[in-house]
Amino acid sequence: MAVTVAVYSLFIINKSGGLIFYKDYGSAGRMDTNDSLRLASLWHSMHAISQQLSPTVGCSGIELLQADTFDLHCFQSLTGTKFFVVCEPGRANMEALLKAIYELYTDFVLKNPFYEMEMPIRCELFDLNLSQAVQRDRPPVFPGR
Amino acid sequence: MMYVFNRNGVCLLYREWHRPLKTLDSQQDQKLMFGVLFSLKSFTTKMDPISAEKGSLGVPLLPGQGCSFHSFRTNTYKLSFMESPSGVKIILVTHPKCGDLRESLRYIYNIYVEYVMKNPLYAPGTAIKCELFNTKLDQYIRTIV
Repeated sequence: MAVTVAVYSLFIINKSGGLIFYKDYGSAGRMDTNDSLRLASLWHSMHAISQQLSPTVGCSGIELLQADTFDLHCFQSLTGTKFFVVCEPGRANMEALLKAIYELYTDFVLKNPFYEMEMPIRCELFDLNLSQAVQRDRPPVFPGR
Repeated sequence: MMYVFNRNGVCLLYREWHRPLKTLDSQQDQKLMFGVLFSLKSFTTKMDPISAEKGSLGVPLLPGQGCSFHSFRTNTYKLSFMESPSGVKIILVTHPKCGDLRESLRYIYNIYVEYVMKNPLYAPGTAIKCELFNTKLDQYIRTIV
């Protein structure tokens, strides 16, 4: 039975725009490292430019991008680290998921004494807890169909 | 605000109804807007989790090719975008609480077709200076605000 995934992928970028974490949960086109790095930097620049296009003061960048086949939710922390998820269109509660992921990041990555700031994330506990948080968000699977 | 571009990046129309903050002069602002749209379209096509076959970033895309975004939202504004099969791009910048404006964009495109394209004195690729188009547009915008 095919399981539909609500969240297709997750990216975390540091404050200079470099990709520090990329996880793919089931999109058809799995990206190789180069492509994911390029896309992350592109998003970082777009986020910054969108603040320039604002017709009023106080713009903090793109929070939601809606396309034909997916939605992209972005959360920027006060330190400039951006978390964005690619999910299916119209999915609710993504803001809450992003905040939960931010909490996991502070707990398992920042409090890890072996983790260097702005470097790619290689923490097992973070990966584990992240998968749990993302799976919890899946649409219910009806058994016996 | 509203922008209309043709497929070559020429800004055919720029209308402003309420814009407290202007960061750049109009030429730069229009070029920036076009650049942002071009890059975002490239980005969404590459990010598309459904299609397996993707071109490389930076390749100019034909209208209708690949997945395209239809809007993005920040905390201070919402930008809605529509591209016609002939490459005419219509952009509306509104309050972030506005709903899905795709129908409105399609209606504006129809107004464009009726009053601009069917006007025998209008030369395609130049700025739009048709009185009837402007009045009809203002009337319509007043109804959706």
